[in-house]
Amino acid sequence: MTAAAPATTNVRASWLLGFWHSAIGKKAVMAVTGIFLFVWIFLHMAGNLKVYIGPEHYNAYAGFLITMGAPLLPAKGALYAVRALLLIAVWLHIQAATQLTLMNRRARPVGYANRDYVSAGYAARTMRWGGVIIVLFVIYHLLHLTFGTVHPDFIEHDVYHNFVTGFQVWWVSAFYIVANLALGMHLYHGLWSMFNSLGLSHDRFNSWKRGFATVFALVVTLANISFPIAVLIGVLR
Amino acid sequence: MDLTLQVWRQASRTAEGKFVTYEAKDISPDASFLEMLDVVNERLTERGEQPIHFEHDCREGICGSCGMMINGIAHGPAGGTATCQLHMRHFKHGDEIRVEPWRARAFPIIKDLMVDRSPLDMIIQAGGFISVNTGSAVEANTLLIPKAVQDRSMDAAACIQCGACVAQCPNGAAQLFTSAKVAHLGLLPQGQPERYERVVRMVEIMEEHFGSCTMYGECEAVCPKEISIDFIARMNRDYIAAKFKNRKSEANG
Repeated sequence: MTAAAPATTNVRASWLLGFWHSAIGKKAVMAVTGIFLFVWIFLHMAGNLKVYIGPEHYNAYAGFLITMGAPLLPAKGALYAVRALLLIAVWLHIQAATQLTLMNRRARPVGYANRDYVSAGYAARTMRWGGVIIVLFVIYHLLHLTFGTVHPDFIEHDVYHNFVTGFQVWWVSAFYIVANLALGMHLYHGLWSMFNSLGLSHDRFNSWKRGFATVFALVVTLANISFPIAVLIGVLR
Repeated sequence: MDLTLQVWRQASRTAEGKFVTYEAKDISPDASFLEMLDVVNERLTERGEQPIHFEHDCREGICGSCGMMINGIAHGPAGGTATCQLHMRHFKHGDEIRVEPWRARAFPIIKDLMVDRSPLDMIIQAGGFISVNTGSAVEANTLLIPKAVQDRSMDAAACIQCGACVAQCPNGAAQLFTSAKVAHLGLLPQGQPERYERVVRMVEIMEEHFGSCTMYGECEAVCPKEISIDFIARMNRDYIAAKFKNRKSEANG
């Protein structure tokens, strides 16, 4: 095979773009942004566990998030930097997913009259609609507990109060539980398949991938679901 | 055994197709699925009807010609087998069996259960080879290859290009096929000089025709040669590495 001239002329500027244009490149981007989003979700969950220690600790933790990085950074500096990164990661994750989904729909314009799944589990088959549920939930979640727009009794900087009064509405809690089950399913498949998207396969640790994804999906989901339940049964008041 | 078949009949690439029901009576449980279709076709021919068209050649599971969706599973329910090696003892007397062709944009139907799988050949043409001067065979021990590497390369080379991975994949992706072809050369010393160029060329052609991988694992489950999806991870790794390795040389080219 002799080295043929590359298809594009301005390769210097476009190699990164070319990587993004390939489906494997997009999957790698989805894996990297997915890892970032997962780490954030894990820390978000871990931070919220402080609600069980008491209102003072929980509110102090919320205060720390505002002053995080001081005195190097101004108040909310690090917080907004992380939020900006999250927005970029979510954007890339969803754009890649949407484009790949359309590519896959095009690859099979005529479906089967009946098809059977041999190995694809429920989590794998619901990644796309599960993702949609998660996005809708995140929008509600921000309006509910970050901006307080849809919160019935929102007090700025008293996050413990907002947390408890927010979850005392039963259907809000129900929505949180459903959304976190969807998140758990998404993580169950995503945390497993990201290794393959990044080409990480090795006989020694391949058998650990499934366990890794299961444990972290379970920990995040159970902890997150415990919050509304704890309020509803009166453990947190 | 007596069976009821619902078979996709389509006269040509552009014609409208539909399921037609056939009674398959007195079928031996020792017959293969293709032999069962032969019996049905024999009776159709006697009645002056068009026989059901399907592709076949070796009928011993190594050529990759045959393949159809049987009750919604590529190559049928047995697993690790091509359609020609699927025997009727896997079915019960009175079963209803639905038979469909592979469905993918890249695999247009030629007639009935026969599809055109040329895009798989195009992927091979893009890089599924090594460039050497042909001549007399090199002495076998000139290049020493560890047994484990040989074995893994052979696991990948077992691919018979039947297209079941594409047919079964909900995304219509050809990742398992392409990754097997990339790996069986990429693992061996003879394949090293073109290793990164090869993966980029083959993936580019693949993505022109097929969908992308979401790790359903369906392909691995129906592959008659039981090729592992670990090869897909390997292809992804080589592709990502190639994009970073080649960017300087590409920019200067």
